[in-house]
Amino acid sequence: MSEHDDHPASQQSIRAEAIESLLIDKGLIDEAAVDEVIVQFNERVGPMNGARIVAKAWKDPDFKSRLLADGTRAIEEFEFTGGQVEKLVVVENTPEVHNVVVCTLWSCYPWAVLGLPPKWYKDPSYRARVVREPRRVLEDFGVEISASKELRVWDSSAEIRYMVLPEPPSDGENQSEEELAARVSRDAMIGVALL
Amino acid sequence: MDGIHDFGGKQGFGRVLREDDEPVFHGRWEAKVFALLGAARSAGALMNTDQFRHAVERIDPVAYLSHGYYGRWLGGVENLLVEAGVLKTEEIAARALELGANPAWTVAARPFAEPDVVDYEGEISGSIRPLVTKPVFRTGDRVRTRSFGTAGHTRLPAYVRGREGSITAWHDGWVLPDSNAHGRGENPEHLYTVVFSGTELWGVESEPGLAVHIDLFESYLQKT
Repeated sequence: MSEHDDHPASQQSIRAEAIESLLIDKGLIDEAAVDEVIVQFNERVGPMNGARIVAKAWKDPDFKSRLLADGTRAIEEFEFTGGQVEKLVVVENTPEVHNVVVCTLWSCYPWAVLGLPPKWYKDPSYRARVVREPRRVLEDFGVEISASKELRVWDSSAEIRYMVLPEPPSDGENQSEEELAARVSRDAMIGVALL
Repeated sequence: MDGIHDFGGKQGFGRVLREDDEPVFHGRWEAKVFALLGAARSAGALMNTDQFRHAVERIDPVAYLSHGYYGRWLGGVENLLVEAGVLKTEEIAARALELGANPAWTVAARPFAEPDVVDYEGEISGSIRPLVTKPVFRTGDRVRTRSFGTAGHTRLPAYVRGREGSITAWHDGWVLPDSNAHGRGENPEHLYTVVFSGTELWGVESEPGLAVHIDLFESYLQKT
């Protein structure tokens, strides 16, 4: 179902504008704050941060073991700014295990490494179904996971944030870390795409 | 609370719909909601994230399903602004009408007439609170989750209640959302990752090889 079937965005945008204009009247809001938000989430944080982590883990086995043991500490060296993750747990896809991340109660998501979540991650369908029928949900994404693989779903119900370390592409062995990072998709780090 | 937001395992929603080349914001108003949250914080109407999450859970359930992510946030922030006395519902409605709103539209916000008094914000930022008390459970322990929900905020979803699982990780102490959301203090508890098998959650209809991992607070759990 689309979340906008019965309600054009104008309904919410008018309500937001009404609240904003009243707060402006009362001197309680900074009008420039909206532009700052747009710059922050368009330019400073996004899945490019997670992609750099993944590519480094593929190239550097020592970093990879540190990342899987303590994701929060391992990513300190990247000095990402904006959007904190208090505790990051990185879960590894292997030939035996496929991981996929969700937040059934809300939309908890590792902003610092992946940016703001896509709309489908926050929609009822994904949140409802992926803990119950993840293989069928993955089919919606064009991904087939063999029945012999263990499928681990991570429901981010507290403040710990999860990110998937995808399996590297089979033809990427001779590529540089930078070239590999460009091939890592946001969806692969949520666990709904393969590379 | 057993609100509409607790989606895990609900059936009938259909395919996951993806948007090609999805922009970060679909309209300027979505980014505006972040600015409104900042203003609510400055005005003392929003003290912590748990309080905000509960404010969003309390919006009109039909709006929760139909107003989209930022529409839900907007309803939550309106709840908080009205409950703190910063704005009045009537003045928001009047201003919205001036700006072209249709009086028949569903308003997401449902502010409480007698809201919780949430004036507490921890001195330490974040939610990690290392504890001196020993954790009750160890990795590998079998545990059963509490069977019932509560009227207030909780991070124990309905689909894992009364179910048996195993502890796979211990994460030391964290602020308890169930308490913090209502201004009743941080009351940090040990937090664990618990794994449930697909068959424990969904019975014989479970997909093969399914293991659902979820982070749960100590008071949600008991030894089997």
